[in-house]
Parts: sequence; C-alpha cells; structure tokens
Amino acid sequence: MTPRLPAVACLCALALVACTGVQSPLAATGDQARAIERVWTLMLWICGTTYVAVLIALGWGIWRRWKARTAANMAGEGVARDRLLSWALAAWVALVVGLLSWLVGASYLADRRLHGDRADLTVRITAKQWWWQVEYLDPDPSRHFITANELRLPRDRNARIELESADVIHSFWVPTLSGKEDLIPGQHNAIVLTPRVTGRFRGQCAEFCGLQHAHMALDVVVEDQAAFEAWRERQLRPAMMPSKPAAIAGAQVFAQSACATCHTVRGTPAGGRSGPDLTHVATRYTLAAGALPMERGAMAAWIADPQHPKPGNQMPPVPLQPRQLADVVEYLMGLE
Amino acid sequence: MAILTGSPSSLPVWADPPGFHGWLATVDHKRIARRYIITALLFFALAGLLALLMRTQLMWSENRFIGPDRYNQMFSMHGSAMMFLFAVPIMEAVAIYIVPLMVGTRNISFPRLNAFSYWVYLFGGLMIFGAFFLDIGPEAGWSGYVPLSSSDFSPGKRTDFWAQMITFTEVAGLCVAVELVATIMTMRAAGMTLARIPLFVWSMLVTSFMVIFAMPAVMLASSFLISDRLVGTHFYNAAEGGDPLLWQHLFWFFGHPEVYIIFVPALGMISSIVETFSRRPIFAYPAMVLALVTTGFLSFGLWVHHMFAAGLPPLGNSFYTAASMLIAIPSGVQIFCWIATLATGRPRALTGRIAVPLLFVLGFFALFVLGGMTGVMVASVPLDLQVHDTYFVVAHFHYVLIGGAVFPLMGAFYFWFPKFSGRMLSERLGRWHFWLFFIGFNITFFPMHYLGLIGMPRRVYTYQPGLGWDVPNLVATLGSYVIGLSVLLFVYNVARTLWRGEPAPADPWQAPDLAWATASPPPPHNFDRVPVVTGRHPLWADADGAPAPDVPSLEGLREDRREVLLTSPVDAAPVCRWAMPDPGIWPLVAAIALSITFVWSIFDQWGVVWGAIPTGIALTIWFWPKRSQPSLEIEP
Repeated sequence: MTPRLPAVACLCALALVACTGVQSPLAATGDQARAIERVWTLMLWICGTTYVAVLIALGWGIWRRWKARTAANMAGEGVARDRLLSWALAAWVALVVGLLSWLVGASYLADRRLHGDRADLTVRITAKQWWWQVEYLDPDPSRHFITANELRLPRDRNARIELESADVIHSFWVPTLSGKEDLIPGQHNAIVLTPRVTGRFRGQCAEFCGLQHAHMALDVVVEDQAAFEAWRERQLRPAMMPSKPAAIAGAQVFAQSACATCHTVRGTPAGGRSGPDLTHVATRYTLAAGALPMERGAMAAWIADPQHPKPGNQMPPVPLQPRQLADVVEYLMGLE
Repeated sequence: MAILTGSPSSLPVWADPPGFHGWLATVDHKRIARRYIITALLFFALAGLLALLMRTQLMWSENRFIGPDRYNQMFSMHGSAMMFLFAVPIMEAVAIYIVPLMVGTRNISFPRLNAFSYWVYLFGGLMIFGAFFLDIGPEAGWSGYVPLSSSDFSPGKRTDFWAQMITFTEVAGLCVAVELVATIMTMRAAGMTLARIPLFVWSMLVTSFMVIFAMPAVMLASSFLISDRLVGTHFYNAAEGGDPLLWQHLFWFFGHPEVYIIFVPALGMISSIVETFSRRPIFAYPAMVLALVTTGFLSFGLWVHHMFAAGLPPLGNSFYTAASMLIAIPSGVQIFCWIATLATGRPRALTGRIAVPLLFVLGFFALFVLGGMTGVMVASVPLDLQVHDTYFVVAHFHYVLIGGAVFPLMGAFYFWFPKFSGRMLSERLGRWHFWLFFIGFNITFFPMHYLGLIGMPRRVYTYQPGLGWDVPNLVATLGSYVIGLSVLLFVYNVARTLWRGEPAPADPWQAPDLAWATASPPPPHNFDRVPVVTGRHPLWADADGAPAPDVPSLEGLREDRREVLLTSPVDAAPVCRWAMPDPGIWPLVAAIALSITFVWSIFDQWGVVWGAIPTGIALTIWFWPKRSQPSLEIEP
C-alpha cells in the first residue's frame, strides 16, 4: 500500500521538483500559481487522509471477517447491526458533504484571485502551428513590437496576456506562474500573470494542436524592472546591420531566398509574416519554439533540414549551398 | 439446489437452426452476448497493444521509435477504441448475457435488434481498425476537437472514418440500451417488484437511460462535423459565424455521462460480487439504488469541467466545480455500503483464500478511491487549470476507468465465466493475473501523477531531456509491460479453461440471483419453468445466505412457439404472454447494407441516398408481418 500513498509521493515530488521546476506547478513563482498551490496542499491533505481512512476501514472489515471465520455462529449478525450502520452511514455522508463544501469554498476563493488584477503591461500572444507570436502592446503605436517564442516580464508587475489563435485551439500554460488558458480561433481570452521571482521558466502548449504539439514550448524570462526596460528598448530598435563580410553575404542570401517571404527582419526588406519575427532572434534562448538551443550548430542544422528535428512543421527546406548556409547562420546569429 | 432447467432439448422450439446458417441467424441473447464480449476483448487487446507501443516511444526523451504522425493516430485510436469499441460495448455485452437471466426470462426483448446491433458494432470496429492499418486512422484525439478535426487541418479521410465509427457505435449502443430498458421494465419474473431487482440490473437500467439521453448529443456533434467536412456547412467555423466551442459542449455533454456509462455497470457488478461473497443481503439496498440513480442524473451536469480553460465565465465554472464534487456523495455512499456489507458478512466465504472475483473488487477499492480523490482535485477550477491536459489527468482517468471499471469487469468475468462457458477459470492463474495487473497498473500510472505535477502535457509524442521527465516515463513504460504480461496470462487462463477446465455446477458461488438458478451454461431457453420471485434473493432461504430449497415457478407458456411472460413495470404482475421472433438472417443483411451506406457516405454524400435503398429493402423484409401476434391476456 505504501507506494500508493499520495502523501509519500508528494514529499518525493517536492524534493525532486527543486531541481527540475522550470515547468512545474509545484514550484510556483507567481501570485496566481501560489494561490493554486495552496489549494493543492489543502486538497492533498484532505483527499489523502480520506483515502487512507477508507482503506483502513476496508482492511478492518476484511480482517474482522477473517478473524471470525472459525467462530461457530455469526448468523444474522450483519442484519442485526444494520440499524447502527445506518447511523454511521448518515454520519459518513455528513462528513463527506462537510469536506466537499470546504473544498468548494477554498477552490472558489482561489479562483477569484486569478482574475481581475489591474494590468501594468499588456502582451498579445497569438498561437500558430507550432509556435507563439508575442506582441508587446503599448498605447503609443511606435512602442509596439513583435517577437516570438519568448515572453519577458518584469517582476512584481501585473501582466495581462491576451490570447488568440491563428489556426486551431492551443493552450497557454506557464505552470510556475499560473494555470492554463486556451487560445481559441474567433475568441479573445486573457490571463493575468504576476511574477515574483526573477529567472528563466518554461511554458508549453497544453491542448493537442496537431503534429508538433510536443515541440511548442515558450521561454519565459522574469527580470527586474530595469533589465526588462533595457530589453524592451533594444527590441524596439530595428535589426543590427551586419558588419562581418560573411554576415553581409548572409543578409543578401536571406533577402533573396525564400527566407524573406515568411520572416520579418525589421529594418531590412524581409517582411514575411507567416513565420516568426527574426529581428532580434539571437537574443532568444531557444530556436523553433523550444525545440533547439540557440547555438550556431543548431541554427545551421535547423535551416539545413527543418523537418528533421521537428517533422511536419511549416518551415520548408530552403536549398542553400554550404557556403550560403554558413553565411546565413553568421547573419542570423548576429541579430542581437 | 434450486435448478429450473432440465436438458437443453426440453424446449426444442428455442433451439437455433443447425450449422453455419444458425450461427448467422441466431437471436439467442447468450450467443450474441458471447460474440459481443469476445469482439470487445479483441478490440481491447488491439487498443492495449497501441498503448504499449506508445509507452515504448515515451521510454526516453526524443526517442525516434514512432514519428509524430503515427503516434498521433495511435493515441487517437487508443482512446477511441477503448471508449467506443471496448468499454461501453463490453458492459452492454455482459448485460445482454446476464440481465435476462437475472430477471428470469427466456430471451432479451427485441432479439433481432440485438443481433443487428452486434453486426453493426462489429462492422464499425472492423472499419476503423482497417482504416487505421491503411494509415487513414483518426488523428485528432478521441475527443476530436475542432478546428483541428476540420477539413482545413485534417484533410483527407482520416477524421471522416473516425466520425463515421462514432455513428456505427451510436446505432449499436442505442439499440442495446432500448432492449435492456424494455427487458428490465416488462420482462421481469412475476413478483420481481422494483424493490426486488438485483443491483446489477438496476445499474444497467440507469446506464441504458444514460445512453439514451447522452448519445444523441454526440450524434449531433459528429453529424455537424461530418456535414462541415463533407458538404461545407459552418457549424464549427469561427470565420463564418460558427463556434468551435459548440463542439466541446456537445461532445462533453455526451462525453462526461459516457464515463459513467462505463462506470455504473461496474458498480452493479461489484454489488453482485460483494453480496455473494459476503453471504448477506447488501447493506442499505434503497440507498444503493438511490446512489445509482443520483449518479446517473448528476453525470449530466458536469460536462463543463472539461472546459475550465476555455474562457467561460468564472462564476459558471465554479458552479460546475460544486456539481462535479457532488458526485462524490453517491460514490461515497456506495463505498460505505460495500465495506459495511463485507465487514458484517458471513465469514464462511473466507475459510480459504479470498476468491478471485472478490480480489478484483478489493483492487477496485484501492485504485478507484484514489482515482476518485484525484477526481475531486480536478473538479476544482484553479487546480484543474494547472493539471488539465497533463499526465496528472491521464493518471486520474486511468485510475477511475481501469481501477473503477476494468477491475470490477475482470472480477465479474471470473465470477460469471462459469455461467458463460460451463467451466471454472483457474483460481491460481487468476491470482497471478490479479497481482501482475494490480502491480503493473500502479507502476505504470502512479508515476503519471508526478509527471503531470512537474509539467508534462498529455498527447505529446516525445519530450525534451532536462525536465526531469525521463525516469518516471521509463518506470511507467516498464510497468506497462507488466500489464501486458498480465493480459497474456489472462488469455492463457481462458484458453486453458475452455480446453480442459473444471466443469462448473449451476451455482458455484452460492449466489442469490436467478442467473444461477439454471445450468451453466444455460440452455437456449434459459429456464425450463419460468421462475416466480417472492423476495430480493430468490436462491437464498434467509439473510445468512443459506440456499433456498426450491424456486417457485409458473406454468402456462406455450411450448410450440417462443413465448415469454410480460409483466407490469412496477409490481411485475403478469400481464400477457408474448411470442418472440424466430432466428432470421435479415438483421445481418440490414447491418451489411447499413454499413455499406455509412462507409460509402465517407467518400460521397450520394452514398446516403443510394445506400438507403438496400437498407430499406432489408428492413422491409425484416419487419414484414408474417402472422398476427395478438397480445394474449391472462387472467389475473
């Protein structure tokens, strides 16, 4: 019975979560996730205790019969005790109703904490098969910019995340910050996040969305206000002009090949909108919605054969000579 | 011993025609139920094999054993087959066999409809597995969410085959539900008032009503989907004023009762086993009946808890939290009553070891109650927003579906196998089967709770290293092989028993209900003399489970044709004698014609029109009145 006890498992879980908590609801770092974590703890204790109590009652019942198996006569014993048992049944039902009411109340109060905070910052995330477009909105249109697959947030601020979908239903889920919310075509959902701890976390699409649902992750970086503002100022600027000869050649290849028809690099003629914005691609931690690390080799492998690490994704292989490939990689890795 | 049967040939009018023709034309509920059970178990094995392949793919991160396209088809197929082709049909199949025996009648009502439903089910299952092996299997999950399942994102015929498979199983499931309701309401043995119906029969009555109310919702949903895909309607297309959430509402309005359609029959099976092996009437029978009925009602008020993340109004969501948690009350009542029955039962059943059927029921307690606890957790909106669509939920529903339905089903299989086959399954192998299954199940599914809590979403064909998911996944995969081993042992046990098993007496367990008042297996007409019931436990003389000396019976049914006794719905007072149809080939022909219509319509909407002609002809011949069958009143 021991391996099934939820309490034991949870203690093990908590111990392990410490090292692998970038995507764990039990390593909450935001207000909303912390409120949910408190519900979890309450649930675990109440449900765990009830579970153990039921099994003890069952074990006791079996043991009682086992012990009496040699007793000469227990005729009519069961029915004789049925009156007493009826009272016990009534008490049990009352107990269950009481515990459930407690849990419903706690759950309702926690749910209220997930809604309705005033927003300091608004970000619109549009899910596409199989990546995230991230738009930082601002009342001043010139301070509006687009990036992809990475959400940066300032610590101790309420960020309102507007959620939309360009194709099928996806679900936005950054477990350390809050629960999930679906992105549904034709519908405008939103969620509020209040991060309290700086660091790098991970989110992942949580609604099955097709072939590469497994590789649709989102990096989340929480920084203090100053670092966030510096990052935002840099993102607002157009792309860096290449200076090295290889990068200059790469920029030409990029602009003249199929790359530019799908990708935007602000400040250059490349203005495609169907793929992720690459203006500052080298500042991100990962490539292809978390499928690969942001490294030169991974970038080269990705461009050379995008269907190998992420089969079925929408990026076609672009025929490039080895020299051209190296130049494009040089160019993109310089887009900081 | 109270046996209401003589030799199998004592009522020759009930015998099937000999040979292959008789095999195809039979309307004997027992033969059809056996077929249903074997077919459902085969689909269970195939869907289980898919699960083992998926577990192998997830054994470690970035494994390349199965690609995303095949994997997505596999989990869609696994879920669809387990829900539509195994779980619901097998519960109905067991009921088709046992319910007429338990209520003490000679056949199921509408026996030709029963044959028809089996053939439709068989052809639907063969179609979808055939499609899967031809690489046109479903790919959008068993819940087939739009727009992923729309023609824009699921081009080709894959989703059409899936939606049409639902049509097949709906037709088959609804037929059986109607038969069971009619059998239970009008064909009970004289004197079996509502207050004397065995709990398994009650559970099937509730289940059948749930099927009748839930299936139309999914029928609507899948028909809208088919017409969106086939003729370009826009029910679910947001760009044209449709709504993708409409699918989720309709699907889950069916989908949540669906899991109780699987679970409620299991509750009845547990009651039968617990009562028999406790040698005492079940504690608080009225509370048990009320709990079953309440579960049936409440299951229709919970569907939104599958949609907490869809952005519905928060207060509405919290209402569904409360409604979902309510269902813990009838479940809690039943758990209490079973434990009370076991604890105060007569001890002589425990002189040796615990019998295998009871062992599976005890396994049910350990697994289902845990699944129920995680069910309370996922009913909470905030907590569900974290664990929804993660492996925590995968763990939860395998604990409630395997722990809550398959374990009782296995117990019921060991319990009723003597009745099905006339032979006793090996207790020793049964024990091995139980322990391997129980341990393998926990090794497989317990770590999934943890996986969900460290962030692993479900329906992913692979995952990346460094997230701490590798070890629990490896453990789960190894556990799944143990389950596979336990299933092989079960198959071996059944095969060995059928080959040279110990013959079973009529009532090997000293059970209380009429199913055990006839030979094992029963003759085609079930009972030589039609039983009359004077209490809740016809085969027990007292509340201690002492065997009754004899079962009273009733004379007067004609023996030159297939007559049954119809009784009134509440008091089960005799109402009339009724002639049952003879065997016939037309249900099979109609099922073939209907299946051709369904498959044809996947490729061309005109298939509906052209296919309706042979179907109509077959149905016309089937229903052609042969001679008048007046209802034969009997004097009170």
